[in-house]
Amino acid sequence: MSEAAGGGATSKKFLYVNRKAPYGTIYALESLEVVLIGAAFEQDVSLAFIDDGVFQLSKGQSTDAIGVKNFSPTYRALGDYEVTKLYVEKESLDERGLTLDDLMDVTYEDEDDDYEEKPSIRVVSRSELADIMAGQDVILSF
Amino acid sequence: MAYSVNGATVEHDEEGYITDLSSWTKELADVIATEEKIDMNEEHWEIVNFLRDYYDEYQIAPAVRVLIKAIKKKWGKERGNNEYMYELFPYGPAKQACKIAGLPKPTGCV
Amino acid sequence: MSILHTVNKSPFEKNALSSCLGHTKSGDGVLLIEDAVYGALKGTKSSDQVEAAKSTVGLYVLGPDLAARGLAADRLLDGVTVVDYGGFVDLVAKYDTTQAWL
Repeated sequence: MSEAAGGGATSKKFLYVNRKAPYGTIYALESLEVVLIGAAFEQDVSLAFIDDGVFQLSKGQSTDAIGVKNFSPTYRALGDYEVTKLYVEKESLDERGLTLDDLMDVTYEDEDDDYEEKPSIRVVSRSELADIMAGQDVILSF
Repeated sequence: MAYSVNGATVEHDEEGYITDLSSWTKELADVIATEEKIDMNEEHWEIVNFLRDYYDEYQIAPAVRVLIKAIKKKWGKERGNNEYMYELFPYGPAKQACKIAGLPKPTGCV
Repeated sequence: MSILHTVNKSPFEKNALSSCLGHTKSGDGVLLIEDAVYGALKGTKSSDQVEAAKSTVGLYVLGPDLAARGLAADRLLDGVTVVDYGGFVDLVAKYDTTQAWL
């Protein structure tokens, strides 16, 4: 097993797989909370958004009228938690009539590159995501 | 359970975090700080205001590690370190400062 | 007898919307709420079936659930009517009965 980039010898590669739309069920919020808690353990964490999970990153979410918390701004804090890889599946976007432009801007500041802001969202194909999954130590599904 | 501010009461949970985030005022922050045995000075306020801005933008109270990193970026490493932050907030910068700032307990703190 | 059908599941995850549309009669209404509001979007893999239904049934979508999910009106199929909570109540009153496709 290869050592994870940026982590120590004990660092494992964690992938959180998000497949549900926000608000209709609690999965999206639960996943985000587990990611934030898990980030304290300084593992090599990535997030995947497939199927309806891609809707979690839609821009312009406004929940005032349904009386639940809008947690979409919290995805933009993930960079502070050193979670900088958000893989979004292209096929899932296509099936839903979405493009990268429909998603929020999520960036992180690269400490090794003079705090340069870089995009966290990476659109990948289904087969690329299969490879990413194959390279993980732990996969958590929501 | 409630704090008393200028004759009004503000509900809090069993750990002292207020339950209605919109009921926060600077006067309330002073009341909570007094209960926490903290004498608020300019430096305390800067951290509290920073936390409130962070919550406003991201809808979470940052974990202590994240907070210290952010303080370091903003004010330099003489402030962005554990020793300084624990000097200001002896029972934990994220926990105590978040409580005074009227935010929920930081995600990841138990 | 006219029926107002309500659907609350994403059409990409469950077949509730598809099954519902297959069981509607002319003069019925279909109201999309919660995660079913994605069924009102144009240009998706479920759009054709919803598009085909609108000649016989009234199609409605709940505005607050659209807003929560960041979906603007220009993303919706033509002919879908956006309603608020008051409009939801009016629809329930307008049709003879209501059936929820859970």
